[in-house]
Parts: sequence; C-alpha cells; structure tokens
Amino acid sequence: MASLKELRNRISSVKATQKITKAMQMVAAAKLRRAQEAAEAGRPYANRMDKVIASLASKVGLDEGAPRLLAGTGRDDVHLLLVATAERGLCGGFNSNIAKLAVADANELLSAGKEVKILCVGRKGFDVLKRQYRDRMVDGSPIDFKQVKQIGFAQAEGVGRQVLTMFDNDEFDVCTLYYSEFKTVVEQIPTAQPLIPAKIIDDADEDVAMAGADAAYEYEPDEAEILADLLPRNVMTQIFRALQENAASEQGARMSAMDNATRNAGDMIDRLTLEYNRSRQAQITRELIEIISGAEALN
Amino acid sequence: MSELFRFELVSPEKLVLAAQVLQAQVPGTEGDFGILSGHAPVMTSIRPGVLEVTTRSGNAKRFYVRGGFAEADPEGLVVLAQQCIDLEELNTSDLQIEINNLKEDVVDANSDEQRGKAQFALDRLIELQAALDL
Repeated sequence: MASLKELRNRISSVKATQKITKAMQMVAAAKLRRAQEAAEAGRPYANRMDKVIASLASKVGLDEGAPRLLAGTGRDDVHLLLVATAERGLCGGFNSNIAKLAVADANELLSAGKEVKILCVGRKGFDVLKRQYRDRMVDGSPIDFKQVKQIGFAQAEGVGRQVLTMFDNDEFDVCTLYYSEFKTVVEQIPTAQPLIPAKIIDDADEDVAMAGADAAYEYEPDEAEILADLLPRNVMTQIFRALQENAASEQGARMSAMDNATRNAGDMIDRLTLEYNRSRQAQITRELIEIISGAEALN
Repeated sequence: MSELFRFELVSPEKLVLAAQVLQAQVPGTEGDFGILSGHAPVMTSIRPGVLEVTTRSGNAKRFYVRGGFAEADPEGLVVLAQQCIDLEELNTSDLQIEINNLKEDVVDANSDEQRGKAQFALDRLIELQAALDL
C-alpha cells in the first residue's frame, strides 16, 4: 500500500497534467475555429478551379498533344507519395492514420513491382515512414512548416514547385497526395488523392450543364494554352486545400484527444482521492487502537 | 450610364470581393480589356498587373493580381487570382524597403536554397512594383 505522502504526490501530479491537457484542448478549440474558417474560405477558389479544368480538359481531350500533367507520362512505374502530416504530436491518431494509409499503399505498390518514392510534408509523418522506407525518402528531411503560424498559399506553392520540378525531371510518373479530410471535429478521414495526372471530376449532370454554358465561350489565348497555364496552378491549389484540411483536422483530432485525456485525468484523480482518504482513515483508526489498547494495558 | 453586374475576385485564401460593379479593367495575357455588364462569354488567363473595378458609387478599387484567370459571361465576371493585394493597403515606401531587404538577403544568403527563395520573393515584388508604375 502506497504511503499517504506518495498518494498526495501522485494526486498533485495528475492534477498538473490535467491542467495542461485542459489548456491544450482550449487552445486547439480556438485554433480549430480559425483553421476551419480558412478551409471554408478557400473552397470557392478550389471548386471553380476544378470546374474550369474539367471543362477545358473535355475540350482539349486526352490525345497525344495533351499536357503531361493531365494525361500523365504514359507509364506508371514510379510513384511519388506526397504525405502531409502535422508538425506536432499529441493529437490522437491523426498522424499515424495518415501514415498507415500511405504505408499500406506503398506496400501494395511495391509488391506490384512499382518503384515508390516518398516526400513528406510535416515532421511527424516523416518520423514514422523513415523507419520503414529510409532509402525511399526524397531528400533526407521533410518539408518543414514548424515556423509557419498559419498555412498560406505561399507554402503550398513551395511544395508544388518542388513536386513539379521533380515531375519535369522525370523523377516519377504518378503522384498521390495523402492528407486527412476534415469531416467533423471528431471525425477525420485519411484520404489518398491522385495529384498527377490530374483527376477530372466526372459529374455527369454538371458536365452537361457546363457543356451547354460553355459552348459560346471564347478563349484567349486558346484552350490548350490556358490549360497548360492552369494545370501547375491546380497542383498547388490541391496541395493548398489538403494542407488546410489537414490543419483543421489536426486541431480537431487534438481537441478530442485532449478532451479524453482531461476526462481520464479526472477519473484518475477521483480514484486516487478515494484511495488516499481510505488509507488516511485506516491510519487514524490504527493510531486510535494503539492509544486505546495502550491505555487499557495501564489499567 | 452603364448597368451594374456581379463581380467576384477570389484568391486561394478567401473570397476577396463580391460586389455589384459598373465596370472592370482586367490585365489579360493578351492585353488589358474592360468589361461592362452583358459581356460576351470569354475566358482568359491573366498576367501580373493591376485590376481595376468601378463600384456602384463610381469609386475605383484597385487590386494587384498575379497568376490565374478571368471568366466573364453576361451575368458577371469572376477573377481567380493566385495572389491578390488590395492596393489601398499597400504602401509604396514599405514596398521599396522590402525590396531592399530582399536584395540584401540574396547577397547574404549562405546556401543556394536560401538564395533561390529570396530571389523568388524579390522577383515577385519587382514585378509588383513594375505593375504599379504602369
């Protein structure tokens, strides 16, 4: 049985931990709101971009002259996995879920005889993946946004430029982006999204509507040239959207993880306090018995 | 004189401006063009430059835009710009200071990567300055 002093120490240390997790939860809640707003504000741009690319792509078609970013290199031998995770831990299964999805896909590709390269955005995913795929990591280090307070388009542009440079140098054929989609505060879904070649959203109804509306559009310069200009931008927009979703997901995951931790700490404090009171009572009783039996012995 | 039409300026971070305007002047890659209400459908990419819209009250609002495209149809005009700065919030002397700082950064950079980054940022700002002088 632990001594009273030990119990007291444990209770106060659990209380201190609870204060920290509580504070982290509140910080995460505040950051979550900001991240969520940012993600929502970014949606009109990405949606419109998708639509325009889809309508342009359907015009230009996938024949030989089509841009490589749209049609691909014609092979799928070398895959680049772009894995976006957080810089910090203590956010439940957020980082490991993304990494797990990437690892599963990587193993599948490897057993199918494909070459796999991995580029990480965020230190946490890098730490997990490098254990298994040390020699497949692009560069020795992840793209690090530790210093960045709020993800802006500039960061996504940087990542996008690196990916595009690699593509231009024929370092890979297919690129897939891994991130966590923000559904609700308690639900984040690890997602794999094809980045290169570009995925064209095939929404039948919309396509018909668009085709009708677009019939009379005049393009300046012509469709192919606009498309060639837009596709690299689209890559960056997709990355930006993923980073924003990730930022919101991370805070959501952290918030619920810290909420759980706070509750667990509360349970633990209750249990320890009960035990503490019990042993205190036991000690008092013991002392009383000693005094009484001492007094009786004298009589 | 002319009618109002719907105008939206969207950057990746947010919807910068959504308003009814009288006229818009867009820097297209193949030359600047003005848009009034009821314009024929046209889609064009834009070059770095100044976008000017005349609001309902007749005041002009100016934005620096870079990278993206403009889509006009009889209902309105939508401009998607990768970067977008409200010129009212921009101070030309601050810009000059920033450019000078970046020039020093380019000289002082101790790795190729850093130099590349500084040079990239510098080129952007010089582009911006050039656009404003037009």
